[in-house]
Amino acid sequence: MAPVIEATGLTKRFGDLVAVDHVTFRVEQGEVFGFLGPNGAGKTTTMRMIQCVSPKTEGSLQVFGMEVEGHESEIKRQIGVVPQENNLDPDFTVYKNLLVYARYFDIPLPEAEATIQELLTFVELSEKRDTPIEKLSGGMKRRLILARALINRPRLLILDEPTVGLDPQARHLIWERLREIRNRGNTIVLTTHYLEEAERLCDRLVIMDRGGILVEGPPRELVKRHAGTHVVEADDTPQVRACLDRLGARYEPMGELLQAYTDTPRDVTRALVGECQMGHVAARPATLEDVFLRLTGRKLRE
Amino acid sequence: MNNPLRLLALPRLTPRVLHVWQRNRDVFVKTYRVNFLPPFLEPILYLLSLGFGVGSFIPEIAGVSYAQYIAPALVSISIMNAGFFECTYASYVRMYYQKTYDAIIATPLTIDEVIVGEILWGATRAFINTVIMLPVLFLFGVLDLPWSLFVIPFAFLAGFLFASIGMCFTAMTPGIDTLNLPTFLFITPMFLFSGTFFPLTLLPKFVQYLAVALLPLTHVVTVIRSLTLGTPSPLLPFSLVWLTVATVLVFLLAVNLMKRRLVI
Repeated sequence: MAPVIEATGLTKRFGDLVAVDHVTFRVEQGEVFGFLGPNGAGKTTTMRMIQCVSPKTEGSLQVFGMEVEGHESEIKRQIGVVPQENNLDPDFTVYKNLLVYARYFDIPLPEAEATIQELLTFVELSEKRDTPIEKLSGGMKRRLILARALINRPRLLILDEPTVGLDPQARHLIWERLREIRNRGNTIVLTTHYLEEAERLCDRLVIMDRGGILVEGPPRELVKRHAGTHVVEADDTPQVRACLDRLGARYEPMGELLQAYTDTPRDVTRALVGECQMGHVAARPATLEDVFLRLTGRKLRE
Repeated sequence: MNNPLRLLALPRLTPRVLHVWQRNRDVFVKTYRVNFLPPFLEPILYLLSLGFGVGSFIPEIAGVSYAQYIAPALVSISIMNAGFFECTYASYVRMYYQKTYDAIIATPLTIDEVIVGEILWGATRAFINTVIMLPVLFLFGVLDLPWSLFVIPFAFLAGFLFASIGMCFTAMTPGIDTLNLPTFLFITPMFLFSGTFFPLTLLPKFVQYLAVALLPLTHVVTVIRSLTLGTPSPLLPFSLVWLTVATVLVFLLAVNLMKRRLVI
């Protein structure tokens, strides 16, 4: 089957700034594909090009087998977008927001009404049907935006930071719904800063930094490849460094700690505690966050 | 965008333009009570104070009563304000604060269609104001029928011009506060010096030329006054040509300036 999205050498420049620098990736039908990266990595710009609202500078970008340039309306008809910033219409109620949005897609009124009913149930907002937008909590707004993105029954759902600022309950509800959408055979592309979110949801993901793709693969595989199965943390002292060197472990300083990436945490821990007589030693399973920080560094991004 | 002619490129439109118009209409209808009051009250207040108050010292102006003289100006000013303010402050709020445009262009609509829908709505506001004002003015006996009825379709076209002018400023303004500049430097002088409350001929010659060359309201007043008095002004054919050319140019400019701002 043809990929849902295929980018080859995709580039976006704003004047001298290269926001997206010759990236190449494919998103297959039915998968959840994640874009991770620090602020300014080029994730949102890539999303905007896929959504046909920001023209590319160079390279090729195909969505549903159509070159984006010149097929904007056909592509947009089949995608749903959950933007980073809430842009619900504050002048309308929950129901009217969806109704007005359905009109942009030329969905006939009876069909729109039925779909809205169904979607409000899906995101658990049926009781808020006639509530004005300003009376909704952050989680409700996010759910309503998700419902709005589904109004045209999209083949591809694009989410930019779908759960930013939500409490755990609201976040879990969104995750559950996204899995349901995926299970129906739809494709989902999302960006996120929450690495747990990416680890739970994504079938495959890329980590971007400075406009380029650093690594690509299923989250588990990336963790195994770039951080091993476990991380052993100990105080950053010359003795610990010497000890880890002797063990031949891969390690990196992370703040005041040293982190050793290993598939044999027991041996490393035993060596540190026993032979080197270290006080503070902790072992834990490696996560995507370890991969992320290793690859993109600890420096703050503004 | 280096080629200046690109600023006059034709927009690509589908009937979906109307969905933007419908969105604004739905908001308008929701708050109709507040929306219908100003165009109803404004002509009454102005006519009473200026037309019949100040007018009592003016036996006659250009062959008619002062109230008759300023009635078409009141309609013209209302058209100007409706179109201009809808597509400056109101559009800017939708574009920048509410992110309404971002939400709409995630659907099959294009940015061209959003902008044109907004301008059409600005023109509609001018049209609605006129429809409300005319019966009030008629009751004051300051309109000639049936010619005054032609003011109604003309209001839409003139409103379209002022909405397009407003949209050009919205495309260029750095923030909502700087929209005060075109309001004070362009709209207010135009309100006073476009042959609205006294004939242009009282002004120094070069100011007259400036008003005729640059101020759209001058021409809108000329057309509407010709209709409400039922006597064509000698300037009427020129005004119609001026308005046609200006509307086409400013409309295209508005769409392309907005695209330059929003398509990044």
